[in-house]
Amino acid sequence: MSSTVLDLAYLATSVCFIGGIMLLRSPATARTGNLLSALGMAIALVATAAVHGLGNAGLLLAAVAVGAIIGVVSAQRVPMTAMPQMVALFNGMGGGAAALISVGEALHGADTTAFALALGFLTILIGFVSFAGSLVAFAKLQEILTGRPITFPMQKPLNGLVFLVLLALGVYGVGAGTISGATLYVFAAGSLLLGLLVVLPIGGADMPVVISLLNSFTGLAAAATGFLLGNNALIIAGTLVGASGFILTQLMSRAMNRPLTNVLFGAFGKAQAGAADVGERSMRVATPEDVALLAGYADSVIIVPGYGLAVAQAQHQLKTVATLLEQRGVDVRYAIHPVAGRMPGHMNVLLAEADVPYDKLYDLDQINDDFERTDVVIVVGANDVVNPAARDTPGSPIYGMPILNVDKAKNVVVLKRGKGTGFAGIENELFYKENTLMLFGDAKDSLAKLAEELKKL
Amino acid sequence: MANTAILEAYIFILAVFMGFQLISKVPAVLHTPLMSATNAIHGIVLVGALIVLGTADTPLAKAVGTLAVFLGTLNVVGGYVVTDRMLGMFRKAGRGGERK
Repeated sequence: MSSTVLDLAYLATSVCFIGGIMLLRSPATARTGNLLSALGMAIALVATAAVHGLGNAGLLLAAVAVGAIIGVVSAQRVPMTAMPQMVALFNGMGGGAAALISVGEALHGADTTAFALALGFLTILIGFVSFAGSLVAFAKLQEILTGRPITFPMQKPLNGLVFLVLLALGVYGVGAGTISGATLYVFAAGSLLLGLLVVLPIGGADMPVVISLLNSFTGLAAAATGFLLGNNALIIAGTLVGASGFILTQLMSRAMNRPLTNVLFGAFGKAQAGAADVGERSMRVATPEDVALLAGYADSVIIVPGYGLAVAQAQHQLKTVATLLEQRGVDVRYAIHPVAGRMPGHMNVLLAEADVPYDKLYDLDQINDDFERTDVVIVVGANDVVNPAARDTPGSPIYGMPILNVDKAKNVVVLKRGKGTGFAGIENELFYKENTLMLFGDAKDSLAKLAEELKKL
Repeated sequence: MANTAILEAYIFILAVFMGFQLISKVPAVLHTPLMSATNAIHGIVLVGALIVLGTADTPLAKAVGTLAVFLGTLNVVGGYVVTDRMLGMFRKAGRGGERK
């Protein structure tokens, strides 16, 4: 009887999750979707507690209370610019929980069929890789660790060796009919180590791919846990998340025109620096006043934000400039490259925070043909995603990556911190073009000055 | 047992197809909230963590179970709250946004 009740509750949960994701198709209904999904989660948790009872109630309530308080406080305090690392962190927590469940089941010594044992090893592996990998991604994005790839000699052979040892341990454990003692501990430690090693050599700009992939991993770990516990809600929810992470990973790799293996094993931005030789050419350096005159009297302006906008936390100043331009009758739109920022859709969230309506944001395919009819493009802290070398220079490391055709606009203004190259270490032809003006300085500062000048017009 | 495993495999395979259908219809503008929302959904492992802690009988097993419940709760609560905060900021032109 009670098991029927539980199964029905899990069915309701699954329906809520699926309906929740369906509502994410439009920004107008997305918030309701998330609440529906939260309702599903609550149903599953309450039903489980009611049917299984609360064993070790003291410990359980303490863990829930502390976890909930930390979760709410950090989720409410995190600035939108730090969203990628926050999502990475919460993702890692889920992966860790899935792995620990399998460890707990193993300690309990419940099921010793080959199928259950293999699933147990798999969950520990994927869960802990996701946990450790997410923590490294968090540290990199939070700049506790350098965002540049961290490489050392024999890195790939070492990763391969760790993986082979884990594989051997898993096969041995399944053959021996047990996950216990030294096998369990070494396997768990090795999985954590592997997660650490795999993410360390990946650079900051590749994080959208890594975060999507780790999200997918945690989903799969949850699904594997579902098989282990015979819990359909976990299987369905975990699989949905696994598919979601996988699709986003594919989208991101495609947007960079690099196969996933290259992102994971390429240590991009370290090995392949400086392709184009630009020689002795000069940039045209502008003042905020020049830019205000140019943009203030234009008919159409497209703004191209990049990670520099997030670093400078300049989204509100950008919105102020856009509003001033609109008040002067200028048509202002935003062009969003799929890999601008540090997670899929990062720029959309930042601009949403600054109150930019989402129907002013256009993605690459929608807006790319409009640049040639545009008077002024303002690039804020983006570099590689507007580098014409990706389109025109077959030898360039980023050749083939779809870019925003900013260079085709009548005038381009680039807001940039300094004269250095972008993440990939590649010279950008765009900065030397005749119709390009460079406005150097911190983006927040430059945009504030630009707003002042626009008010004077 | 074998029957249950096969049923579970059915569910898994169908969920894979459904997942691909569902996710590919989410527009790029919502990809960060999508990731964050699915991130909260995989917090469903908390269900498993509750069961494991509930049946733990040795100190080590209790420690592992407690940690799993803690991490799972963090994932669920943090994931939903942060997603809701993000989605509250999305608005269309000409309408007042729900700001904090």
